[in-house]
This record gives sequence, C-alpha cells and structure tokens, in this order.
Amino acid sequence: MKKFTKFVSAVAAVSLVAAPMAVSADEKTFLLGGSGPLTGAAASYGTSVKQGAEIAIQEINDAGGAQVGEDTYKLELAFEDDEATEDKAVQAYNTLMDKGINGFLGCTTSGSCIAVAQLSQQDGILQITPSGSAEGCIEPDNAFRICFSDPEQGVAMADYAVDTLGYKKIAVLYNVADEYSTGIYDAFTAEIEAKGAEIVDAESFNTGDVDFNSQLTSIKGTDAEAIYVPAYYQDITYITKQASELGMELPFLGSDGWDGVLKTVTDPATVEGCIFTSPFCASVDDEKVVNFVKAYQDAYGETPDQFAADAYDGVYAFKAAMEEAGSIESADMIDAMTKISVSGLTGDPITFDASGAAVKDVKFVTVKDGQYTYVE
Amino acid sequence: MKIDKKIIVNALIALVVYAAVMGLVKGGVLSRQMMSLITPVCVYVMMSVSLSLVVGFLGELSLGHAAFMSIGAYTGCLFLIATKDILPVLVSLLLAVFIGGVAAALLGVIIGIPVLRLKGDYLAIVTLGFGEIIKSVFNSLKITGGAKGLSKIPLVATYKNFTFVFILMLLVILLVSHLVNSRHGRAVCAIRDNYIAAEAVGIPVSRYKILAFVIAAFMAGMAGVIYGANLGILKPANFDYNASIEILVMVVLGGMGSIKGSIIAAVILTLLPELLRGASDYRMLIYAIALIAMMLFNNSSFKRNLTEKRNLQQAEKLSKEV
Repeated sequence: MKKFTKFVSAVAAVSLVAAPMAVSADEKTFLLGGSGPLTGAAASYGTSVKQGAEIAIQEINDAGGAQVGEDTYKLELAFEDDEATEDKAVQAYNTLMDKGINGFLGCTTSGSCIAVAQLSQQDGILQITPSGSAEGCIEPDNAFRICFSDPEQGVAMADYAVDTLGYKKIAVLYNVADEYSTGIYDAFTAEIEAKGAEIVDAESFNTGDVDFNSQLTSIKGTDAEAIYVPAYYQDITYITKQASELGMELPFLGSDGWDGVLKTVTDPATVEGCIFTSPFCASVDDEKVVNFVKAYQDAYGETPDQFAADAYDGVYAFKAAMEEAGSIESADMIDAMTKISVSGLTGDPITFDASGAAVKDVKFVTVKDGQYTYVE
Repeated sequence: MKIDKKIIVNALIALVVYAAVMGLVKGGVLSRQMMSLITPVCVYVMMSVSLSLVVGFLGELSLGHAAFMSIGAYTGCLFLIATKDILPVLVSLLLAVFIGGVAAALLGVIIGIPVLRLKGDYLAIVTLGFGEIIKSVFNSLKITGGAKGLSKIPLVATYKNFTFVFILMLLVILLVSHLVNSRHGRAVCAIRDNYIAAEAVGIPVSRYKILAFVIAAFMAGMAGVIYGANLGILKPANFDYNASIEILVMVVLGGMGSIKGSIIAAVILTLLPELLRGASDYRMLIYAIALIAMMLFNNSSFKRNLTEKRNLQQAEKLSKEV
C-alpha cells in the first residue's frame, strides 16, 4: 500500500509540474480549482462564486497576470458542480485534482467544505473557501476562508446590539435544522449573556416553514426590545411580513443571510430599518465596489451578492499568496498566507491568522428608504 | 446441476469484477475521480438490493429507506469515532458495521410492527413520515452534531479498503438472492402476488412482512456505516426523502423483483452524473433525459422481445438437457 501511495503522489506531483509546463515558457498558467452547487436548491450560491471568481481572474489577467518571482502567471478557473452535498463535493474535488489544479477555491457550502478539507489536507494543497462558514471548514492547516465564521457573526451582532444600540432584552428566532442558523444562534446567545443582557425568548422553526405566527405571537407577548433572526432571506420574507401583520413594531436584527431580502419582499416597508451583518453590499458608493458591480452586470446581467464578492476576494488572496511566496508550490503559498494583506471588496485590508480565519472589520447593513446602505 | 453452474458463473463474475477494480487501483490507471466513486457505487448497490427486497419482492412501497441508512450511519460512525484509538481499524470497522446494522434493524422492528398492517399508499406515506422524524431527531440531538453534522469520522472505508467493502456488498447480494430463492422468500413473494391466498394457505403474513422489512433495514444500516466512513461527515439533510426516492428509482429502473437489475441500475445511476461532468451546464439535463430514456427502454416492446427470446432459448436448452 505504501508503494502505491508513493506512486500516486508521484503521479500527482508529475501532473502538478506538467500542467504549467504544457504552456509555452514565457506564459505560465496557474490552474485554480473551485467547486460549489451549480444545480439544486443552493445553485445560486455556487453560480455566484463561480462568476465572482471569473470576474477577478479576468481582471488579473487583463492587468498582466500574477508576478511570481521571475515568472508571470495567467490564472485559469476550473469549476465543478458539487450540488452542495458532501459525496458529490468529494468527487468534484477529485475530478479537479485529476485536472492538476494548483490551488483550490472552495467549497461554497460548509458541509462540503469540511468533507473536502480532510482530503485537501492529505494532498497539502492550499484551500481557500470563499463562503464555508462552519468552524470545521478551516481546521486543517492548509485551509483558509474569506467570509466570517458563523460564531464570529453572532458575537459581532451581540456586541453591536448591546454596546451600540443599547438593547437589554432580545428575542431570537432561528432555524433549528440549519447549521448556519444554529451556529450563529449559539454564539449570539452566549455573548449576549456574557454582556449581562438577556435573551427573553428563543423560538425556533424548521427549513421549509412558512407560518411563523405562533413564534411571533409568543415573542410579542414578551418585553423584548428587538428580534434577532439569523436565517436566509427566503424565511425572512415570511417572518417580516407576518410580524407587520401582527402589528409588531420591534426592530429586526439579522445575519448575512438577509442579503437579497429586498428582492423577495412584497413591501419593502416590512424590512425598513432592519440591521444585519454583511460583508458586502452592492449598492454602496465605493470605487472598487462600483467597478466590480459594473463588470459583473456587464458580464452576467445581474447584481452580485456576497458570495460573488467572497470569491472575488478569494482569487485575489491566491494572487497575493503566490506573489508573496514567489512560488506556486502549495507549501510555500500556505506559509505566505499569514503574511499577505488583500485589499478586497469584503474588507480592506483582509489578513489571515494562523487558524486560517480572515481578519477584517464587520460591516453592518441597514435598509433605508427601500435601499441597502452601510450603517455609519 | 444447473444451480451449481449458476453459482460458479456468478462467483466468477464477482471475482473478475474484484480483480479488475483492484488491478486498476493498484496499477494507478484510474483517475482520482473514479477511485472516489468505488465506495459510493458499492454503498448504492447495497441500498438498492436491500430495498428491492421490500419493494420488488414483498411488494410494499417504502419511502424511508434512507432513514434506516442514516440510523446505521450515525450509530456505526459514533462507534468508529469512539474506538478510533483503541481497536485496530478492521476490527473497529467490522463491529461498527454490525452495530449500525443492528441499530437499523431494531428500528425496523419498532416501525415495522405497527406500520406493516398498512398496505400500499398508506405504508408509503407512513415510511415517508418516519424518515422525516428520524431526520428531525438527528437535527436536534447534541451527540450527532445536530444540523452541523457529525464530522471527524475516520476515513476507513475508502477505496483503500475496497476488499472489505466489496466483500460486504457480496454478502448483502448473496443474502438477498438466497433468501428470495428459499422457502421464506417464496412466502414473501406469495404475499406480494396474492395476499388473501397467501393467508389462506397458512403463511404467517405479518411475520414474513416484518422479516423482509427488518432484513432490508439491517442491510441499509450497514451500507450507511460504509457511507459515513467513506465521507468523514454525516448530515441529517442528506438523508431526506429525496435520498430515499433516489434509491427507489434504482430499484424501479432495474426492474421490480430483479436483483441483477437493481445492481446494474445502482452502478449506472451512481456513475452517470460523474461521467457527465464534461457536459458542464447540461449535466443534470442529460442525466434526467437518460433516466427517462432508460425507463422507456425498460417498458418497450423491443426489450420485451429480447427477454422473451432469451427465455425461449433457455427453455429449449432445458428441454434438450432433460
């Protein structure tokens, strides 16, 4: 078996070396693998990641590519569908390794990311997940992430709610069947209690629920000053509408899953004044963001979401890592990761700590006059 | 005499398949994508063969097969995690597979006794509900990691342990095919063909129904352990009714009551979406069209003619021998 492993690693090494050599000497290619759901219920996330990465790669190549030591590298993307399920993600990753990728931008969803991270650790390849927010995603040394982890988001919102907004009593409504929602809920609750404030009511729902009246009525009966709902915008659409029908005036706080809620609500007034943590907001007046949104709209005819922005920053993190390392060997790039600083869309600057997490400021977005804006 | 020949042929097929896969893996000919598919193919063969016992031979529609798989997967993988450093890999895996199977079988009994009084559509709905209950339980349990999933399962059933997985798969196939050809199996088929007649000739109908149901659950549980030990992470959401229906599709596509068909359908349906990766955007579209085409072929007069011809030839041969 040992011999066999050696053989495989030799083959892998040869293909790693062979892939860039296949191109002519003066123009080398860095093949970046990526995976995410392009079909199924979560398809919009994977599509956004793929398109965001394509925009970044186009930009880098137009600007001459990445300067690695003496050589200039053009970037190329190989993206596979993983359907947001773990077994498909493993197969997508292995397909990409067959193609001889030099780095891996993925996976898009947390569960897939955890499954693949075990393999990428054995391969020793640099893995940067744009949006895998569960804690386990970056456990191996070779794995890094662009987005905030679920707990980080919960803690940030708890601090903001208590310290800045001055709330003492908060109600929570979360999705018990969703890892993202429960992850944020746990951290939020712990931080709120550590701050001396109080969770007056914690109500839960399940994926696919559309009637939230009983939970909202129960929250209405408490003396809560605000409702925190860490969930995705599809649920938020129902929740905010039913809350306004019940005559609830409590301010809503949310997580980055709220991004996109304005597209689905029937009346923007129901989400007016809500505040949610989000790394990226497409309608903000910032030169880099405006350029990105324009390029994205020109190419795909739609407004980019945070997944696209995360992927865009992920590609720039790869560029920074290979330039800092002066090599496209994964081991060198992994060492360089903690030294780089990326000026990206979701944070400026973004740096990485030894655990693999991105260090950047949390941004708060609010809906004002039916438009997203950053909270000043 | 005839039966012996059949066994030898089947054993030869198994041996050739094993040798071919082993040779390809050891020789380094297979791509990594193909190697990572070896275990899933075996798992789905086990799942579809075991479900065909319930759907094809017992004639009851069960939409909760993935739930049994998840029970086996969670109990077996929890055991694997707990004994990771204590027991040698093979012993721990063997015990885990057994424990997973027993856990699923126990639930099969608990569910089977009240539920198998129902028939047809009613049973389908109840098993569907049962599957959702199991999913919710795993979502809220702390020990299984809730919605985040159970991770850090030692990867002990990957293609590197192909021999173990393959032998387990063979055992499952052997068990089902022998059961079906035994006295008990004929009783099970009799229940499917005519419930009242079966009861009238004194077949203990409820007992045989539960027997088939529990055996299928046991094997699904074992397959679940292999599934978990191949991936390293289990999430309740992956065992929803979609997963059950996927397995049901394999059984139906393979032809109700045909073990060989179930095996072939499981292999094709697991490999097909991966082989279609080259088609990128059209992958799922082509997959769906292929499904429809295969279903149509299964029901076409062309295929009926083929099988009829084959049956005739066999009958002729038989009459010559006699």
